[in-house]
Amino acid sequence: MTRPLPTLALALTLLAAPAPAGAAMAYVSNEKSNTVSVLDTNTWQIVRTIKVGQRPRGITVTRDGRFVLVAVGDDDTIEMIDTATNTVAGTLPSGPDPEHFVQSPDGKQLFVANENDNTVTIIDIEKRERLAEVAVGVEPEGMAASPDGKIVVCTSETTNIAHFIDTATRTIVANVLVDSRPRYAAFKDDGSELWVSAEIGGTVSVVDPVRHAVKNRIAFEVPGLAREMIQPVGINFTRDGKAGFVALGPANRIAVIDAVTHKVTKYLLVGQRVWHMAFTPDEKYLISTNGLTNDVSIIEVASLKVIKSIQVGELPWGVAVVP
Amino acid sequence: MVRLAAVLLLAFVATAQAESVAIKAAYLHLPRAKAAISLLDVPADDDGLAGAQLATQDNNTTGKFVDLQFALEDVRLKEGDDPKAAVQALAARGVTLVIADLPAAGLLAAADGGRDLLFFNAGATDERLREEDCRANIVHTAPSRAMLADALAQYLVWKKWRRWLLVVGSHDNDKLYADALERAAMRFGARIVETRIFEDTGGARRTDSGIAQIQRQIPLFTQGAPEHDVLVAADESEVFAGYLPYRTTDPRPVAGSAGLMPKSWDAAHDQWGANQLQNRFVALFHRRMSALDFQAWVAARMIGEAATHVRAADPKAMLASFTRADFALAAFKGQRLSLRDWNLQLRQPILLTDGRNVVSASPQEAFLHQTSQLDTLGLDRPETKCRLK
Repeated sequence: MTRPLPTLALALTLLAAPAPAGAAMAYVSNEKSNTVSVLDTNTWQIVRTIKVGQRPRGITVTRDGRFVLVAVGDDDTIEMIDTATNTVAGTLPSGPDPEHFVQSPDGKQLFVANENDNTVTIIDIEKRERLAEVAVGVEPEGMAASPDGKIVVCTSETTNIAHFIDTATRTIVANVLVDSRPRYAAFKDDGSELWVSAEIGGTVSVVDPVRHAVKNRIAFEVPGLAREMIQPVGINFTRDGKAGFVALGPANRIAVIDAVTHKVTKYLLVGQRVWHMAFTPDEKYLISTNGLTNDVSIIEVASLKVIKSIQVGELPWGVAVVP
Repeated sequence: MVRLAAVLLLAFVATAQAESVAIKAAYLHLPRAKAAISLLDVPADDDGLAGAQLATQDNNTTGKFVDLQFALEDVRLKEGDDPKAAVQALAARGVTLVIADLPAAGLLAAADGGRDLLFFNAGATDERLREEDCRANIVHTAPSRAMLADALAQYLVWKKWRRWLLVVGSHDNDKLYADALERAAMRFGARIVETRIFEDTGGARRTDSGIAQIQRQIPLFTQGAPEHDVLVAADESEVFAGYLPYRTTDPRPVAGSAGLMPKSWDAAHDQWGANQLQNRFVALFHRRMSALDFQAWVAARMIGEAATHVRAADPKAMLASFTRADFALAAFKGQRLSLRDWNLQLRQPILLTDGRNVVSASPQEAFLHQTSQLDTLGLDRPETKCRLK
């Protein structure tokens, strides 16, 4: 593994032009390049490419905005990118092969899915310490935290279950069967619904988080496209909970869903194998990572138009936006 | 009295919910011949069985959360044993689900000896099991020879390697594979410029100085052939195909039973999350996962999937769940696997592997189909001779 020497990293930092005040920066993990691209959301220019560990996938911003956390699965750790210097400033002790994670709403704890050993690791972000492990199903992947912080949901890909973990007792309190290969889970901001995407099942299950039951299944149909190619992965809601966006993988489209009626209203054609998404802080734009075309698509949320695509590294996987 | 009854009823409901359902399956197999040209291809003793065991472990991880308990019994036949008797003994012990690696005739005898049981054919590639001799109680997780041949043909045609020199072994199974390759060539627009038979004259595969002879034999055997782009070999019996690469008269790539081989799985397959399954397999068995392991893994995973919904080892209800339109099995092949309702064959992409790496996966993009692109591999619904009974 190669990383810039500390002196070189410092030199790069000094050379980099400071970002204009208030510009939100999107951090894109490039699974194959072992880099994170930093995209200025005002100018839509790549301003930095940060070398990270091997196979960067899951990516998120700490609540205080100081760090971008990126899971580097093949190095069995999570790296912390300091957003002031855009350099790797430390690591968090995940279990083996971390892929995806979610923060507690207060920003104190990180819940990590470790694909290779069927566990969820709970980490104290500030102390950078491992607190506990919870045994889950085969190949844990999707992680979501309820807005009140009481529940964390983990989806197990080969078990096809959404596990509800009580964050106080660190035990599983409910298991909800969903469709095949659940990849991602997301709560609405008001906590009223949990959506779980099933990559191979080709559906999104809408789960009632109180009754622990699937109350609706959203299916997708794109004319001229084989059903096998529709593989839902990333899910994002607008803050008002009225719209849901679901990335459909090799269907090369994002489905726009009325999150109240659960009806698909539009399919947006983006790059190939669209995986994950993130909004800019003002929710004016949605950024999607398109693995096979090595780019991100920028969607204007008000008009539901794809306005731009920007080349990043190889196999872009996830994206997180620092306000 | 009334109050006591209410309390008892409550207690009963509580235990009923917590009680786990037992799902019993067996892996019924007749160990295969260990003959292989390459030492690397000599099958392990638990080839196939290990895949079913790993899936059973995966199922039990799931089972902990949904109160299901999976068990797998290893039933190893000897040459000459009656599969029917083994099946009846299993049925008497309450086993209703059988993952089988048996030759075609043995599988049919087993399935006909246990009409109320559900069989998963993990090993036999014979077309007749999916066609004229299909059975309503046999699900096929092994791909058929036609599926394998079509997968290879699509790739060779995409490469514009359309002129094939076909070399066929002298055993019946080699000829069946050659039939599938001929059909595939016709179907996808390749041309067989000549067919040669490689007679099996007996003899050991492992000798101390055989390699010197082979170096002289293979060029002689392949000389004087019409112009061809690729040499395609049908040698399921492992008699000669492994000797072809680098030894042919004309410098041409080899495909089929050596060189570029169509397989349901490969030890080097790491796409679409497959690395996770490979890691679990190696951790448990200290060897790499074979195609037969994968086919047995898929069968046991299908049992696991069905059990989470059916909650009983009920063959009829399980089979009904497999043939539902929304059945989708995840098996690290980049798309959902489903069952052909007309002959109970699992639809699946086929990997093309050179023994070191996965070169491609078929179906190839250009070959379209009105219902599922996976149905461009193997005999399609309009062609089938299968009448399920």
